[in-house]
Amino acid sequence: MITQAVFGDLMHGFGTVLDPMNLLWAVLGVTLGMLVGILPGIGPALTIALLLPITFNFSDPIGAFIMFAGIYYGAMYGGSTTSILINTPGESASVATAIEGHKMALKGRARAALATAAIGSFVAGTISTVLLTFVAKPIGNLASQFQSTDYFAITLLAMVAVTALVGHSLVRGLLSLTVGLFIGLIGLDSLSGAQRYTFGTLRLLDGVDVVIVIVGLFAIGETLHVASKLRSTPDRPAVLEKGRLRTGYLSKNDWKRSWAPWLRGTALGFPFGAIPSGGAEVPTFLSYTIERRRARKAGRKHPDEFGDGAIEGVAGPEAANNASFSGVLVPLLTLGLPTSATAAVMLAAFQIFNVQPGPQLFEDQGTLVWTLIASLYIGNLILLIMNLPLIQIWVQVLKVPRPLLYAGILVFACLGVYSLSGSGYEVLMALLIGVVGFFMRKLDFPIAPVILGVILGPTMEEQFRRSLVISNGDASVFFTRPLSLIIIILTVLALFVPYLPRIVARIRGTQASRDRLTFGEDD
Amino acid sequence: MILVGYVPTPEGEAALEAAAAEAELRGASVLLLNTSRGDAYIDSRYANQAELDAAEARLRERGVEVTIQQAVGSGDVAAELLRAAEQNEVKLIVLGLRRRSPVGKLILGSTAQRVLLESPVPVLAVKVPSSRDD
Repeated sequence: MITQAVFGDLMHGFGTVLDPMNLLWAVLGVTLGMLVGILPGIGPALTIALLLPITFNFSDPIGAFIMFAGIYYGAMYGGSTTSILINTPGESASVATAIEGHKMALKGRARAALATAAIGSFVAGTISTVLLTFVAKPIGNLASQFQSTDYFAITLLAMVAVTALVGHSLVRGLLSLTVGLFIGLIGLDSLSGAQRYTFGTLRLLDGVDVVIVIVGLFAIGETLHVASKLRSTPDRPAVLEKGRLRTGYLSKNDWKRSWAPWLRGTALGFPFGAIPSGGAEVPTFLSYTIERRRARKAGRKHPDEFGDGAIEGVAGPEAANNASFSGVLVPLLTLGLPTSATAAVMLAAFQIFNVQPGPQLFEDQGTLVWTLIASLYIGNLILLIMNLPLIQIWVQVLKVPRPLLYAGILVFACLGVYSLSGSGYEVLMALLIGVVGFFMRKLDFPIAPVILGVILGPTMEEQFRRSLVISNGDASVFFTRPLSLIIIILTVLALFVPYLPRIVARIRGTQASRDRLTFGEDD
Repeated sequence: MILVGYVPTPEGEAALEAAAAEAELRGASVLLLNTSRGDAYIDSRYANQAELDAAEARLRERGVEVTIQQAVGSGDVAAELLRAAEQNEVKLIVLGLRRRSPVGKLILGSTAQRVLLESPVPVLAVKVPSSRDD
């Protein structure tokens, strides 16, 4: 019965998304996504933030969200192109792909690598969207029993877990998070109306807009970072071997070796997207490790190609990063809980359009949610069709001298900020934050925790104080409700995850490795 | 010594060919210089090892001694060529030229033009034979 209801809702969603205008947003979104996916340094979080002011004028938020979702998973797709062709991952989620993908390209198998990435992304994207379709509503129903203490705990978990998993140092991550929380505090206190950290100026009364923070940290900070090390050895794209445009880029053997890693990558990507682990880095690296280990074990059957261009090492991670996107949508839509920086920006977008993600979303905004989900099916198909033919265009983009490329990005970013309010004050503030962002990059402070702090900080505070009001100021309320307690314990445990290898080594009594589980920064 | 500005394009191959012929004639050695401004993520004019090896093999086949230099990030390819000419006792610089109309030449300044104007030694400018041009 539930299945039937879901199917009906989904068909309704398809009806809306197949509207020519919405299709156009989907195409625009995935194309933009692929573009920012290939450009090192700028990612989906920045792109969505920049486009936010433009979408204020949309009569209907559905188009905007179709585009934003397209940007997110288009970027997951696009990152693979540059990873394989020039060994420059445009996106942290494609770092694992570069390891084997570029080796394949050097061996003259670039087409096969690109094809397994594209088809794998499509397979993973579609399967995980099916999972999302059926999982979202039940979880939403579950979440309707959440109380404010649970929301406080889960917001805390999201911030702490993501902070623990990105970047190279937990202390730096927590410092970044604190900076974000501080920026989130600026402005009027929502409950009492008191001014906080406004330094007496009216300008800061409304707080610091999240777009300003994101543009400052990602666009301006990154541009300064690129400018500080402008001249370096350029790469040569691996030459695409001759071949006609057809789906048979993959040989029979390639298909045979790819399908299982695709499925395993999907199985990793979806759940890891759904838990607060900072997005797609963790599952892509896990997928890579698993595929390598399996290849080593099965080494007798076919020669171990890992380290020398193994197709499994491309198929698995690429499937994982696309599957993670649908996973990210589960907590985002049902709980209003972002598990990566980009998801946090999408949450901000929801709030701007007065759409409150959470348990009621499926009732209040049924059309929006189901259209969004339907657009994922369509978007994945669009990507599969467009990906390979567009590669030559992306290669041309990378030939643009970096000074021109990043100057253009900078201009567009400043325009985006200016369009928020039409005042130069915001632009100056973004530039200031950009300088801070530059030094954060230089000194190896992760940026994702700042974004989560800015966006989730106010939510967390509100839930915290609401809980205290309900309990008459009794702080033990967070530890007496079982669900809240469990989530808070998980939060504390999350702090130890990066040190797992060392802890395990100590217990086993072996030489304690100095390794720490670290993952790249999520954009 | 003959300096050739090499890029892995038809123009560069034509320059290499001319340099080889000239070196044979004079019994001179060749200094092959390949540079990139290094400011883009991709620069197809920056030769990879296979291309350099092939160029080297072509010259050695004809009994010409060859030294290979690669430079990145100097910002100005012409300056790099002129500097190389100065530092090594270069008697002749060989360049490949792209076909351009006078107007196109006016709008686009180029490496070749600067080398032609500023080089202290004779410059041999080579174009791609028109049959290979398209």
